[in-house]
Amino acid sequence: MAKLILSMDGLVLKEFTLGKERTTIGRKAHNDIQIDNLAVSGEHAVVVTILSDSFLEDLGSTNGTLVNGQTVKKHFLQNNDVIELGKYKLKFVSDGPAPAKAVDFEKTMVLRPGALRPQPGAAAPGKPAGAPGSPAAAAAAPAAPPPTPQRAGALQLLSGANAGRQLDLTKPLTTLGKPGVQVAVITRRPQGFFITHVEGANFPVVNGKTLDAQAHALGDHDVIEIAGVKMEFFFKT
Amino acid sequence: MSLAQMLEVVSATDPGMVRTNNEDSIASDPSHGLAVLADGMGGYNAGEVASGIATTVITTELQQLLDQRPPYAIEEATGRTAAEKILREQVFRANSSIYQAAQSQPQYAGMGTTLVVALYYDNKMSVAHVGDSRLYRFRDDNFEQITRDHSLLQEQIDSGLITKEQAKGAANKNLVTRALGIDPTVDPEIHEYETKVGDIYLLCSDGLCDMVSDEDIGEALRMLGGNLTLCVHQLVQMANDNGGRDNVSVILIRVLREYPAPRGVLSKVFGWLR
Repeated sequence: MAKLILSMDGLVLKEFTLGKERTTIGRKAHNDIQIDNLAVSGEHAVVVTILSDSFLEDLGSTNGTLVNGQTVKKHFLQNNDVIELGKYKLKFVSDGPAPAKAVDFEKTMVLRPGALRPQPGAAAPGKPAGAPGSPAAAAAAPAAPPPTPQRAGALQLLSGANAGRQLDLTKPLTTLGKPGVQVAVITRRPQGFFITHVEGANFPVVNGKTLDAQAHALGDHDVIEIAGVKMEFFFKT
Repeated sequence: MSLAQMLEVVSATDPGMVRTNNEDSIASDPSHGLAVLADGMGGYNAGEVASGIATTVITTELQQLLDQRPPYAIEEATGRTAAEKILREQVFRANSSIYQAAQSQPQYAGMGTTLVVALYYDNKMSVAHVGDSRLYRFRDDNFEQITRDHSLLQEQIDSGLITKEQAKGAANKNLVTRALGIDPTVDPEIHEYETKVGDIYLLCSDGLCDMVSDEDIGEALRMLGGNLTLCVHQLVQMANDNGGRDNVSVILIRVLREYPAPRGVLSKVFGWLR
């Protein structure tokens, strides 16, 4: 279950679990999270939690509510968001993804219009207020960064007008050659770098051998010839 | 009039790196100027069944209807093109077929599918979509998304609840607000666009656009647009290299030359001679 951690001047005061659909924050005693400070309004803000999603809404407070330094009226809380009310800070910590369900997390789910509940006190009736009613949200995990090859690669031009120039292969795709004459592409993949013929009657030549239409894995110091220009591929250390 | 000479259509579908089955379904018919892509959902093989029904119903019925009535004809009652009417009717048909199958067979209960259909005629394209399967256009070095997802995330962006930047890391990426086969009725979004020679259109399931950034997809089209077969292969490979967590389906359509509707006797003759 998600938590809010209350702190002031870097000192942790209390932890609150978002177990209810509505968790109210304010100065008055009836609030779920009471902050007895004059800078905080009687009914300052509310966190609406549905499954694993939490939304923060300012209830028209005098001094306003900030999330990560920005004034917000309504905010879809994400892990490690910091809510500020006056001098007080509430850090939002969402629960980790359920590992057993992680496999299914890319599964597309239908959200039926009937499943949308209007956000209490905020949205006009009938207008979806963004309340996911599906376990997919609970099973979601942060997307892993795309894997990149272990080693960086580069090309050094050996002939032609730009001989001596070096070209770093940092993008997923790098095209070589002259459009309309002969074009090849070098793809950067987790497994390494691959060269593939794109267009033109002639196919690229690697170490004196003409390639076919298949992608060819490049090795360190391979010499490539495209549209009459020679270049050397190498891994950067 | 066959459009097979005017449109180059290349497609691929792949289960990805994680799933064992492929719930996506694609179909295309260049001579009728038609491309259909569906991304099914539901337990066991129900997702495949739903997307399969969608592509089959839409392609077979559309082909017959297009042979009977040209898509560019204007409907007298509505003042709109026949294409729009035909598309809407076929989406309804597909919806009820899936809905009835889901109602009558317990193992298919709750199945559904997203859908994107592109129909080309008279230098134009009609696009119908339901859910989060997308159509993009690559024109004059610009790559842009044409369809707008029917998803919770898109609604949150539209209502200003979250920004596009926040959406990239959002957890609830895969909640669609519209799908085929879930309810007795469906509300497809249909729009018409002008096409230009040289345009490349991309239809894809969320398995591509969730795994590969729009910039990288656009870059692939820019660099490999000269070789659509390689480009399709590259897009699928990029999705898989980035994790391939969902099924990946891609249809690329390039407008090779103009395809105006035959008007008058002379152009009809030319149409036959082509």
